[in-house]
Amino acid sequence: MNYTTTSRGTRWLLALTGVDARGACVQYADAPLGDETARFITVAPDPANRFPRARDNVVGLEQGWLLAKAVRDAIAEDAASGKRRPIVAIVDVKSQAYGYREEMLGIHLACASAVDAYASARLAGHPVVALIVGPAMSGAFLAHGYQANRIVALDAPGTMVHAMGKEAAARVTRRSVEELDELGEKIVPMSYSMASFAKLGLLDELIEGVDADAPSNAHVSRVRDVLAQKVREARGDKSGLAHRLQGESAQRTRAASIEVRKRLAQQWDAS
Amino acid sequence: MSSTNQVGPGALLRESFIELSARERAAAVLDAGTLRELLGPFDRIESPWLPLQGIVCQADDGAVIARGTIDGQPAVVAAIESAFQGGSIGEVSGSKIAAALELALADCERGKIVRPVILFETGGVRLQEANLGLAVIAEIQSAIVALRAHVPVVGVIAGMVGCFGGMSLAAALCSMLVMTKQGRLGMNGPEVIEQEAGIEELDSSDRRQVWQLIGGEQRTQTGFADALVDDAVDDVRTAVRAAFAQGMPHSHRSANVDATLARLAQIDPASVTPESMRAVFAASPTNLHGETA
Repeated sequence: MNYTTTSRGTRWLLALTGVDARGACVQYADAPLGDETARFITVAPDPANRFPRARDNVVGLEQGWLLAKAVRDAIAEDAASGKRRPIVAIVDVKSQAYGYREEMLGIHLACASAVDAYASARLAGHPVVALIVGPAMSGAFLAHGYQANRIVALDAPGTMVHAMGKEAAARVTRRSVEELDELGEKIVPMSYSMASFAKLGLLDELIEGVDADAPSNAHVSRVRDVLAQKVREARGDKSGLAHRLQGESAQRTRAASIEVRKRLAQQWDAS
Repeated sequence: MSSTNQVGPGALLRESFIELSARERAAAVLDAGTLRELLGPFDRIESPWLPLQGIVCQADDGAVIARGTIDGQPAVVAAIESAFQGGSIGEVSGSKIAAALELALADCERGKIVRPVILFETGGVRLQEANLGLAVIAEIQSAIVALRAHVPVVGVIAGMVGCFGGMSLAAALCSMLVMTKQGRLGMNGPEVIEQEAGIEELDSSDRRQVWQLIGGEQRTQTGFADALVDDAVDDVRTAVRAAFAQGMPHSHRSANVDATLARLAQIDPASVTPESMRAVFAASPTNLHGETA
């Protein structure tokens, strides 16, 4: 592995699979998980990418479409056999790529193609699990991870989920970064912390005591056990993303989401 | 240039779609007199998060869900109100859209086809509800992918806000997208790009450059949207009906992976312009002007 291009995402891809990954800006490999073979996918920094705004671990045009390809190839390969291999999205994405060319050439569609592929995999019966090992930001997380049946995260510095980077969010909402942090304490969905993300019912497990940058073998095997467990859960669960509204925390923090669904269903058919 | 882009002599007399509120837009898309609003303002399901930040709520949270018919067939319209918080998606407004699509899916799975239409007018996630805005957008996207296996999901981007952020991905997942010349479709708004990448990347105050990049005309010319219509109620109505009459596309835009990767490979990032990309991303926008092409 090229040292200058390593990232948490690529390190975890290697740690969990033990084999050389395929691809450059999107890397993936098939490896055992539990008693089956899973496809592990991550977005990697790519200093030589021909799109200059997409050289970091961000989801740019090529990343979006190549994520879709990595997922869809697995769907296609399994279509005839009847088995549905698990797909693990290793999430370490700073943002979508911000650029003139990106907008021109349809970064929104590139990201949507990844959303489509992951959602289609889940609908086709592939257990999809997202493992957050770094930032899971905004549109990049929508494209890579947010369509999963189950979401787990390392409880480590640097893992976070949010709709917008802190500095940008501060500018847009005309608040200081400190004020944003305070607000996150009070208003759960505003927080960047994984603990708050869990309070929203969106996180299935926070894996504690694992070194995100230099995991030991024991750490890796613990994470692998969690992933295998989530794959088993996902196989037996046909509820799709509705699963996120079923937990105890969601009953409290997502009461409005639940109420909207209940009352809309009551009014759906004219009386 | 197709004739749909020209403003005919009678056009100024026609009723503007852009100037309508979300509720009026939903009524305009449905068959006349069939609108029945669900979870309307009197149900008063408001954002639980805005009051905590000193922001006044709106009783429908900026999303209108309406049942009715389109060409006599059962339909549901989700219309986003840009006048409330820029059409931003919060927990309630986003859940209303997701739930409407999920209920349409449940009906379709029982063999009762419901025609879904989404009227996009949104900057994306409502930042005051940040992570929940993002979460409900993922749920909307999931519902669109599941639903379009049964029935085309039709999106309209009329303007003037346009469609940005996570909701631009939702629009890209639709089976069929109708845009006006005034509509804009992009992931990152021009201001965000200028902020993140610098003014030499994009000058967001240059309106002409912005519309050339992400405006309805460019998007239909390059295959990112299907129909370009005038800002007229009649034209939007006709285009939506034509989309359902046409039925399911051969393949969905967001699933054309190999073909799009091949097109991207032909692009030289250093020199590509909105004009030059048309040679690679050529599309013939459907003429849905209500006249024979």
